[in-house]
Amino acid sequence: MHPLAAELRLDTNALDYVIMALYFVVVLGIGFLARRSVKTSLDFFLSGRSMPAWITGLAFISANLGATEILGMAANSAQYGVYTTHWYWIGAIPAMVFLGLVMMPFYYGSKVRSVPEFLLHRYDRGAHLLSSVLFSFAAVLIAGVNLYAMAIVVEALLGWPEWVAIVVSAAVVLVYITLGGLSSAVYNEVLQFFVIIAALLPLTILALKHVGGWDGLSDTLTESRGGDFMTAWGGTGIGSDNPLGANWLTIVLGLGFVLSFGYWTTNFAEVQRALSARNLSAARRTPLIGAYPKVFIVFLVMIPGLAAAALVPEIGTSGSDLTYNDSIPFLMEQLLPNGMLGVAVTGLLAAFMAGMAANVSSFNTVFTTDIWEPYVKRGRTDAYYLRFGRIITVAGVAASVGTAFIASSFSNIMSYLQTLFSFFNVPMFVVFIIGMFWKRTSVKSGFWGLLVGTVAAMLNYFWIYKQDVISIPSDQGANFVSAIVGFVAGAVVMVIVTAFTKPKPAEQLAGLVYGTRSPGMSEPPAEGDDAWYRSPALLGWGVIVLAALCYLPFSF
Amino acid sequence: MSDTDGHPDGPGHGDPDPEELAHTVEELERKSATASRLFDVRRMIGGLFVVYGVILVVVGAFDSDAEVAKAADVRINLWTGLGMLALGLFFLGWQLLRPMRPPSAEELAEAMEGGPRPDGH
Repeated sequence: MHPLAAELRLDTNALDYVIMALYFVVVLGIGFLARRSVKTSLDFFLSGRSMPAWITGLAFISANLGATEILGMAANSAQYGVYTTHWYWIGAIPAMVFLGLVMMPFYYGSKVRSVPEFLLHRYDRGAHLLSSVLFSFAAVLIAGVNLYAMAIVVEALLGWPEWVAIVVSAAVVLVYITLGGLSSAVYNEVLQFFVIIAALLPLTILALKHVGGWDGLSDTLTESRGGDFMTAWGGTGIGSDNPLGANWLTIVLGLGFVLSFGYWTTNFAEVQRALSARNLSAARRTPLIGAYPKVFIVFLVMIPGLAAAALVPEIGTSGSDLTYNDSIPFLMEQLLPNGMLGVAVTGLLAAFMAGMAANVSSFNTVFTTDIWEPYVKRGRTDAYYLRFGRIITVAGVAASVGTAFIASSFSNIMSYLQTLFSFFNVPMFVVFIIGMFWKRTSVKSGFWGLLVGTVAAMLNYFWIYKQDVISIPSDQGANFVSAIVGFVAGAVVMVIVTAFTKPKPAEQLAGLVYGTRSPGMSEPPAEGDDAWYRSPALLGWGVIVLAALCYLPFSF
Repeated sequence: MSDTDGHPDGPGHGDPDPEELAHTVEELERKSATASRLFDVRRMIGGLFVVYGVILVVVGAFDSDAEVAKAADVRINLWTGLGMLALGLFFLGWQLLRPMRPPSAEELAEAMEGGPRPDGH
């Protein structure tokens, strides 16, 4: 993370602050109003498993639409061009569809309250505890990094001191999650979704008009950055050179399969939204409904990034004060009049809070139901765990504020740590996928697959890549390769451990392994859920076709 | 209640039993108050977007030429305001036409007795 250039200070006035203030009032209001619906710990952690699909679907995508994602993907576009579409069309959609169509019946049907709890059912407490502890650390860390990233942006744009931004937004997130639990987190995420779109869509349209439309943009960048910059697959042949440092095989396997399936199908900050749905049909539709906006959101981050690259050809180099991350703030400063400016700043703040709140609300659930309840204080009343969930929310937010302050003095260490934890989703996915599709997988293999896969991915990144044992042209390319290494290592270890240890008795596998069923999976569809447009298969295959069609204009 | 009555808790039997956990969740689902007590978020989204829309439309109508010129010659406040107003009215209208179904007295009574939940759980 680099400090933003000083000239990005926005010319905000009272009107912009009124728009921001109104948003904060509504956000807190949702927390206070949601409070009366929290009666049990299940209400607090999973909204009582009673949310409708359109709400969980939009929350699912909003939880991913943090500001680090928005600013980061715009930066990615300014740096690498149209390659950014891969993070959406191949790097998200197939995984989201797989989650909805294939995995959700196991997750939702087994009535687990979290992703680690599923590992407890399929494997043993070793795998459960390891994944719960790693997830808890990662969630607090990412929440803290989010806070810090927000503080930098707010300082540059509005001139607030960093600590003010950190404390104020942490306090807001703390209040609404402690009061209303997941319900207020999810409701706020739905609101945030629309505010973020209201901020990005006008900015994208203005940016496009400003650079002479798509043709003008395309001509300028093709001239300055070469023909491949405006294509999705140009220069990705194996052996050929491209700025991304990845070929089509590492893009498809590393990003499209391993990294994306790891993130979308086993990251509890995402899956939690689906587990709060009111029935199996709604849970399956959650990632599918989220996938449709995801197909198009790429344009709202990529076009501003490309426009910034066209307007400031030296962006990201020593010839300019602007870094790639400044693309969106730069356009806001250049193009937006007061009023719309307030909406855009509100949208960015909303995005930061969405990113942080998703991590906080998944952290308190895992810490309470997967660490405290089974291993520390068993057999207490539900009211005890509900109270504990609220207390640990306060502790989690406090820890992420601490992380944010540490990040402000050691930002290199933080980006290191973030990469480190990013490798933990990959082995999670190996352990899930093998355990779900291979009946013989033994209970002991889960723990070892997780451990060895994580360590192997880290070794590849921090030793083989960073120490230049093998040369990979870019960080992104190295990420993809490390993910593939982690996947293969985890899988191999699981097969070996399984060969030498006992399988799980067949009667305990019902509803956990593909081809078996549990009572929770056979519920009849609720009234109205049998409508054709609510069919998960149709929604899922529909969005895959849509993503494939979107590739066409950028492929030839 | 999420107690673990009758569950052997000694070493070697320490893993919480999956079936028991599922029962705990079912029990909590029956006691859950979210479905019956949570407000309708469409009202909040609709309300905020109508207010935003009105503010931006008014501001946009009086934007100076300099402000319009800054925004690539688009009256962006006006257009965004109209868009937000339309979205806000859509949510309010949707909520009026298809209100959240409050549970009937019969279903509430069932829930009190620990019977199946309104949506068939």
